[in-house]
Amino acid sequence: MKKEITVTINGEAHTVEVEPRLLLVHLIREQLSMTGTHIGCDTSSCGACTILVDGKSIKSCTMLAIQADGKSIITVEGLATVEGLHPLQEGFKENHGLHCGFCTPGMMLRAVELLEKNPNPTEEEIRWGISGNLCRCTGYNNIVKAIQYAGAKIRGEELPSTEPEFV
Amino acid sequence: MGHSIKRKEDARFIQGKGNYVDDIKLPGMLHMDIVRSPYAYAKIKSINAEEALKIPGVIAVVTGKDLEKYNLHWMPTLMSDTQMVLPTDTVMYQAQEVAAVIATDRYAARDGKEAVMVDYEPMKPVIDPFKALDEDAPVLRTDKEGKTDNHIWNWSVGDKEATDKLFDSADVTVKEQMHIPRIHVASIETCGCVADYNKVENHLTMYMTTQAPHAIRTVIALVAGHVGLTEEKVRVISPDIGGGFGGKVPVYPGYVIAIAVSFLVGKPVKWVEDRSENLQADSFARDYHITAEMAATKEGKIQGIRFKLLADHGYTDAAANPSKFPTGLFSICTGSYDYGTAYLEADAVYTNKPPGGVAYRCSFRVTEAVHAIERITDRLALEIGKDPAQLRFENFIKKEDFPWKSPTGWEYDSGDYHAGLQKAMDAIDYEGLRKEQAEKRARGEMMGIGISTFTEIVGAGPSKDFDILGIKMFDSAEIRVHPTGKAIARFGTKSQGQGHETTYAQIIAEELGIPAEHIQIEEGDTDTAPYGLGTYASRSTPTAGAAAAVAARKLRDKARKIAAYLLEVSEEDLEWEPGKFFVKGAPEKAKTIQEIVFAAYTNHPQGMEAGFEATHYYDPPNLTFPSGAYICVVDIDKETCEIKVRRFVAIDDCGNIINPMIVQGQVHGGLTQGIAPAMYEELIYDEDGNILNGTLMDYLVPTAVESPSWETGHTITPSPHHPIGAKGVGESPTVGAPPAIANAIVDALSPYGITHMDIPITPYKVWKVLKEKGVVE
Ligand code: FES
Ligand code: FES
Repeated sequence: MKKEITVTINGEAHTVEVEPRLLLVHLIREQLSMTGTHIGCDTSSCGACTILVDGKSIKSCTMLAIQADGKSIITVEGLATVEGLHPLQEGFKENHGLHCGFCTPGMMLRAVELLEKNPNPTEEEIRWGISGNLCRCTGYNNIVKAIQYAGAKIRGEELPSTEPEFV
Repeated sequence: MGHSIKRKEDARFIQGKGNYVDDIKLPGMLHMDIVRSPYAYAKIKSINAEEALKIPGVIAVVTGKDLEKYNLHWMPTLMSDTQMVLPTDTVMYQAQEVAAVIATDRYAARDGKEAVMVDYEPMKPVIDPFKALDEDAPVLRTDKEGKTDNHIWNWSVGDKEATDKLFDSADVTVKEQMHIPRIHVASIETCGCVADYNKVENHLTMYMTTQAPHAIRTVIALVAGHVGLTEEKVRVISPDIGGGFGGKVPVYPGYVIAIAVSFLVGKPVKWVEDRSENLQADSFARDYHITAEMAATKEGKIQGIRFKLLADHGYTDAAANPSKFPTGLFSICTGSYDYGTAYLEADAVYTNKPPGGVAYRCSFRVTEAVHAIERITDRLALEIGKDPAQLRFENFIKKEDFPWKSPTGWEYDSGDYHAGLQKAMDAIDYEGLRKEQAEKRARGEMMGIGISTFTEIVGAGPSKDFDILGIKMFDSAEIRVHPTGKAIARFGTKSQGQGHETTYAQIIAEELGIPAEHIQIEEGDTDTAPYGLGTYASRSTPTAGAAAAVAARKLRDKARKIAAYLLEVSEEDLEWEPGKFFVKGAPEKAKTIQEIVFAAYTNHPQGMEAGFEATHYYDPPNLTFPSGAYICVVDIDKETCEIKVRRFVAIDDCGNIINPMIVQGQVHGGLTQGIAPAMYEELIYDEDGNILNGTLMDYLVPTAVESPSWETGHTITPSPHHPIGAKGVGESPTVGAPPAIANAIVDALSPYGITHMDIPITPYKVWKVLKEKGVVE
């Protein structure tokens, strides 16, 4: 019953045999041992499992592995390049956009697509844009700041201050 | 101290290199899934595993009867009650563990779970806690010999006689019945473990989502010592934790079953619950019914309070509280106000709901206490027609009156409540808002302003009163400085996102002058870290943070001796500045800490112990009392009854601040976990004990859209007894925010005669009360 598929993850092609019912997130985490993509729910509600499939942010617990046959996937492990961190990774670190880090990979990958479609989003657009991703720790203020910071960096503009407004 | 250095732990989290429990994969590892009860109360007539065992990959189905053979079917709770690991004959709540399926992979385990056939005989459950003590209510805990009702305990504090007298004679008394509903921490990582028993070595390594690894090791040894798992044979590792908030303090049956199975089959066993299991079966928080009363003069001088509680603990008392405090620290309910009379009485009952009573980002029931006092204070303001800010200013404990003895027995360490509220009012333009509100009211629009000026009580706790299962609630730090002047420090606590790897390094850096980037912090491995009771109740900075400072000071004393030896002067002639000792009046004659440490290994004085290490177990002399002043502005749409939090200003006072960026981050997160129960979250059960919203589709965790843009600030009133004057902050906002929001909504509705609403306050509830009052259609 197993079926052979080929998926390219972070630039590397993997040919694997999978059961038709295997979720994409389990393929990535368990069969291919890339554990940066997380699982936070069983109802496609939390977004911890968000990855990019052909450039689109997808909840990988909602897709079967066989549906990813022939597709190109980016996970958190593939965000940084030889030049260094992705602007979103830098933005999250510089702006304290994470506490426990469990939601962070999904949040960042969701934000990659958000910034691609809308390079200079307003705060409201960011909040709606990440509303499929839950974070239980940060209260979202600094996630918004992190995405704004990454946007500025991608646009090549002056970077906003990362000092906390806590006086 | 006071520097917003970026977090050291982030590098791994942003690159997908965190190591959470579900990331652990061991050779030969088996997977476990759990069959759960569809009924709230039922007899188990039979469990048939035949079909399940036919499924390829399924290797065993474990029931309570199997565990009974090893006397592992029951376990103690933290409150010295008992809880089933797996039932032998009766299930007591919906989603209770009934059997465990062990298989070679996750999918086979799930298939097996679907195939296990259980025959139940449902019984009429007790769901409403107010009916739990009725004459005709079935006695639920028939396992307890001689138990004739569903009452668990009665507890009281304060002076009943004086309080009753006051209420008989006071000018003004106000009273409200409140429910602080059952909610769930819902950390984005659920709970799980990998139990790895090595038969040859008779040794268990338990990787586990726990906030308190050392206590867990002791509990495992106490429960399983009789089968050979004595404490030196158990190693608990708490790897990266994806949020805790109190939900990862208890021991859940799944952990114990995984250990038992690994012990029996000699292979590693992984159990990771899914989200719905997590919401439906793991420890709930809150669920207090409170009758709150306040007495005052007609001018508005608060004179006393009288609170009565009913706690719904579910099927067993598995609350995570210090042993001597069945209601946790609820007795902080006297609040930030200066009066001398209080009486509080609590009863707890069993019902057919899941057990629990954990924190939800709160220090042992402080949230319930703060909600009650801040709501009833607003109720008094409404009753006598005084502005709620003014009423608070007139009743605050004054800065110069600290330390202050509360009528329920606490000694508040320090505070400046006037400064905090004034700062919040200035930041939000309180007067301007009240003017705007008056204009809007005249036009029939609904706008509300809510205040909460709360006092927290954290950092449990002094060993004379505080223990869990007899273990005193100290915490610990061990610092080792290597010959080249770089250090590793280990702690008895366990970060779940609080940033300990950064803040603890900052504390040691401040005390020793070694740069924070050269101080490695480790927690969570019971084989290497010193014993401590873990991270919850905002206790890490007050206890382990203090231990770090004291241990570092021990090292500084040693450094002084070595410096005196190296510089050939007496110790009294030396002066310290961060990073070096120098000779008084001759600052060029100095030894840096790096030179001193090197000497501790290469050239230490005769008779002195070599090396540069110190450990400290810190037993706090008192708790710490952080405080805050929060103001919330809401607009309510008369057509849709939608509630919009327009602004929320939070001024926190957590004493001295180690890292402002991290403190602010904690405040943001806590505030979102404050709006959550105030407006969105509640675990709802029907009369048969079915949970009606046990998934993330209907249990409404706020997203970035529901969560407002928080405005934060601080005042600083150092704790006089803490070595670095810090108080702890992670939970203050969760504690302080709900009453600010509820007060704002009730304020908006007060022109229509509404004096109280229970949280979560939803548009539907608003519409219902406004319709009752004839305000809306
Ligand atoms: S795991 Fe929650 S949406 Fe995929
Ligand atoms: S950082 Fe913990 S869930 Fe977002």
